[in-house]
Amino acid sequence: MTAPNILELENVHKQFGGLDVIDDLTFGVRRGSRTALIGPNGAGKTTVFNLITGVYAVDRGRIHVDGVDITHVPSSRRVDHGVARSFQNVRLMPHLNALENVIVGQHSRNRGFFGVLQPVNLTRNNRWKEEARAALHDAGLGEYERAAVGSLPYGVQKRIELVRALMAHPRLLLLDEPAAGLNPAETDDLQRQLRTICEQGDVTLLVVEHDMQFVGALCEHVVVISFGKKIAEGTPKDIRQDRRVQEIYLGTPPSEPALKKEARRAS
Amino acid sequence: MSGYLEGILVLLAVNIVYAYGAFLPLAAGQLNIGLAGFAAIGAYSSAYVSNVYGVHPLIAIPIGGVVAALIALVVAVPVLRTRGIYLALATFALGQVVQASLLNMSAVGGAAGYPVTAFIRLPVVVGFAVVVMLLVWLLFTTRFGIAARAVHDDERVADLMGIEVRGFQVAAFALGSLISGIGGGIYAHHFSFIEAQYFNITLSITIVLYVLLGGTQTVFGPLIGAAVFTLLPELLRGSANWRYVVFAAGIIMLMALRPQGLITGGMLRRLFDWRDPFVKSPGAAKERVT
Repeated sequence: MTAPNILELENVHKQFGGLDVIDDLTFGVRRGSRTALIGPNGAGKTTVFNLITGVYAVDRGRIHVDGVDITHVPSSRRVDHGVARSFQNVRLMPHLNALENVIVGQHSRNRGFFGVLQPVNLTRNNRWKEEARAALHDAGLGEYERAAVGSLPYGVQKRIELVRALMAHPRLLLLDEPAAGLNPAETDDLQRQLRTICEQGDVTLLVVEHDMQFVGALCEHVVVISFGKKIAEGTPKDIRQDRRVQEIYLGTPPSEPALKKEARRAS
Repeated sequence: MSGYLEGILVLLAVNIVYAYGAFLPLAAGQLNIGLAGFAAIGAYSSAYVSNVYGVHPLIAIPIGGVVAALIALVVAVPVLRTRGIYLALATFALGQVVQASLLNMSAVGGAAGYPVTAFIRLPVVVGFAVVVMLLVWLLFTTRFGIAARAVHDDERVADLMGIEVRGFQVAAFALGSLISGIGGGIYAHHFSFIEAQYFNITLSITIVLYVLLGGTQTVFGPLIGAAVFTLLPELLRGSANWRYVVFAAGIIMLMALRPQGLITGGMLRRLFDWRDPFVKSPGAAKERVT
């Protein structure tokens, strides 16, 4: 039996030095959906990612992925349960070239004793190397294959990081601000690419993102958190009209503050 | 061949083996300055089995390496809990413990040193160096090499990609000790006499310097580093004691001008791209379309 939700957080708590960073958080992500996790700075969005991937252990509560309780699975084994992620600040391996970075992404699928001793970099046409190269080419990054990643433009590095995460063949892909720092054209490309990934690869997407236009265009479901608590959940359209979300995060619709300012000036 | 030249070549080969011993932990992000200790373990244990049990040096030397690796595996548990400068200090202490223990072991001569009866000539020494070099090069074309370098660059991300960070750190530490032990065994069987005082902290630091100055990013760094810093002092021999001053000044200059080491990944990439017409490099791709 497959659970309808690929990800399930149940009453998750996390404290840092006595401060409740995540406070009784419960939400689910439907299989095959594109879900956004939004909220003001410091709301705990990245912490949620860190709890799901096992960077931090939860203080209380449970996390299920695909029906399996992974609360106590060590972080290096969570990728086996189909969880892969990108990072808010791009974290590629600076001393590896783009292709080798992508090969790192395959590690979880090829890590037994003989997997580790596969000479992936010895011959031109090793199966794993070919696969990594094809993935880079498909993402339109073929020309950067041997480039030192540190010298590449930020947008390109972000795309390489995405390819690397996909090499683990995740069922749940966590993207931390994928559109931050991209120009409008790049953002459009990214949105199209993510749609394709989800539809073709049977991948569920959970994104942390501040760009509401991007969220509205890509995601069908939005979870809003503030100070570690869930304050709203629904379609992007519902969320935009939610009073509380407007108050603490999105701001009131443009007409109102303008009117207030007018009023203040008049008085 | 003159005795002088042969002596230099043996020294070069031994230093290259030592350098690869230091390269493995460095490539995985560990500064190990206790490698002379593992070289000593390899030297004494290989000398012991060849002296006492009459084992052929070709077998005794690898046995010495394995003994060094096994001891490394045991101490890896507490030592690799530390990191950065503390790891360096812990490995330093380890080297001192080995040296002091050997000084007090009468079975292997203690402070008087330990003569080695079996002898290996230059070709065997060079053969060992070449085999070690090829095996490390081969190892670094595997997923192990990529994963070890990934651990060096970003432990957290490597961990989330499914790389057992701790396992790779222990493996790099133990394999580095294995190679250092083989280096010690070669030294012992060529020079026919070993003493604990030779395997001191200066040796450890010199080995690490070969690799740092040669470059830790590629497998060619240790070779070039060991070659340059073994041969350069010999070339400067004419200037008597001043050669050490010139040599030290050269090292400081190199660190200031090329902190990433003599050989870097980018440099090799440029060389290989030039040699290999099938590989596209950024920028060149567009020109080829027309």
